[in-house]
Amino acid sequence: MDHTSPLETIFRRVALGVILVFFLFPIFWIVLMSFQTNEQILRIPPRVFFSPTLSNYKALISGELITTVGSLKLTFMHNLWNSFFLSTSSVLVALVLGVPAAYAFARFKFRLGEDIAFTLLSIRFAPPLLILLPLSLLFNEIGLSDTYIGLIWVYQLICLPLIVWIVRGYFEDISPDIEHAYRIDGHSWAQTFFRIAVPLARPGIAAAGLLSFIFAWNNFVFALILGSADKQPVTVGALAFVTAAGISYGQIAAAIVLSILPTLALALYAQRYLVEGLSLGAVKG
Amino acid sequence: MNRRVLPYLLSLPALIVCIGIIVPFVIAIYYSMQRYNLALPYLRGFIWFGNYQSLFTSSEFWKTVTVSLLYTVFTVGIELFLGLGTALLLRRPTTFNNIAAILLLLPLMTAPAIASLMWKLMTNPGFGILSYLISLVGITNFKWASSPTTALFTVILVDIWVYTPFIMVLLIAGLRALPRQPFEAAELDGVPRTFVFFRITLPMLMPYIITAVLFRLIDSIQQFDIIYAMTQGGPGDSTLVFQVAAYLEFFQYTNVGRSAAILMVLWVITYVLSLVFVKNWRRLRERAHGAV
Repeated sequence: MDHTSPLETIFRRVALGVILVFFLFPIFWIVLMSFQTNEQILRIPPRVFFSPTLSNYKALISGELITTVGSLKLTFMHNLWNSFFLSTSSVLVALVLGVPAAYAFARFKFRLGEDIAFTLLSIRFAPPLLILLPLSLLFNEIGLSDTYIGLIWVYQLICLPLIVWIVRGYFEDISPDIEHAYRIDGHSWAQTFFRIAVPLARPGIAAAGLLSFIFAWNNFVFALILGSADKQPVTVGALAFVTAAGISYGQIAAAIVLSILPTLALALYAQRYLVEGLSLGAVKG
Repeated sequence: MNRRVLPYLLSLPALIVCIGIIVPFVIAIYYSMQRYNLALPYLRGFIWFGNYQSLFTSSEFWKTVTVSLLYTVFTVGIELFLGLGTALLLRRPTTFNNIAAILLLLPLMTAPAIASLMWKLMTNPGFGILSYLISLVGITNFKWASSPTTALFTVILVDIWVYTPFIMVLLIAGLRALPRQPFEAAELDGVPRTFVFFRITLPMLMPYIITAVLFRLIDSIQQFDIIYAMTQGGPGDSTLVFQVAAYLEFFQYTNVGRSAAILMVLWVITYVLSLVFVKNWRRLRERAHGAV
């Protein structure tokens, strides 16, 4: 491994350079576009150096897009808020439901436990529309369509399997001896769970929580089918925004940047947890 | 508290959520056996496998199957090749390699629907940077997602951009977890590098490759976000994959029965793949625990 020829070193560097450009250039370019006026964007050939403008972001944040034709109301910031609200509440609900279940699956061997765990896993793998389309008709009947509660419930499809499977792996890796000792000291089951088991599994719980937040944020199809415009997150909102904004390409780019920024920042912050989370604990990072 | 009741009590909320999801699934099976069009409610009735029969004899459905399989084979194949290559390049845990690996995760953390919008801006015929760059090498009339001949290529490209990092990150973790002794022994014996790669690295990495590929196969054959945001299945039916076809069948043609039948066919495919996944997952976990 260490005895590489100079030719091979050059080849490896060039290959890595090409790979980095392919995967990072799109993000870099869209960020540049978001600081350009439409005239600058439409210029051929495109330029990397230009005098940046904040007008795109101003229009999005103030919610008013002023064009030559007139002014247009934008709901983009509301979509951003929806994303934040839906993702956060879904993850919190999933943690409350999922962590005790994950503990039960890890500590007690019982038939139903395995069944529930694998049902949750098969949910992760089933085509989402198979559940969503009947659900959209069902929601119409029980009055849950286009409500935050309905959406948070369906978002459990993403969050709950992730949390149960990742946190379960963490509980399994912790030796139960400490818990036994604490129990023998005369503490109740609940005290053992909250004071010993949960703190020890905290890295796993944090990983699962962060990752399910990212996946909930990035989800598109749930709200596309079950939510109307004022409940929709940025992923769906951005698509509608492209139609509404027409040729205001600078604003579209700024909207893209605002919608991917939170997950990218969170991923950089939590990167050491990502591998395990992404593979449901099958591959240890 | 009673040890026998406790686990059931703890998993009760998760169980309720499971039931809440199994109910629509059972309804979907039921719909798939009905003549059920939202626009023609009075024609609704149970027809057993009528929807499946009409699917399997329609050329549109087989086109959807073909497009979905092409999409899956090309995305997963190229992603495996690129992901494995990148993982091998970044195998040694140097500071530079670690930073590169983290930065390469960013596309994976981008919402797939938003990634499509990014590529739409970059392939715009008027000002798109990619259209400009390929015009420099003389390709001027390339229409990306707006032409039926290149639309599938374009959505595959976006998928590769988003999901190659997934395979890469799993395989880097796998490579770094491999035991060192076989490699050290091979080096001492002066074994040729290609031999080491094909006879030691690749076989030992195989469980990780299988995990990554199964994940990708299951997700790729169900791809919706990228394709819906980019082309909505068009132009024509050139990018019409299973889930987009089912979506349009439901919302555009209000044909609930047929839409449910398409999704059931897709479900059978993903279910078989996920059984293989679970078997492989258990083996990996056992191995990881055995090593400790």
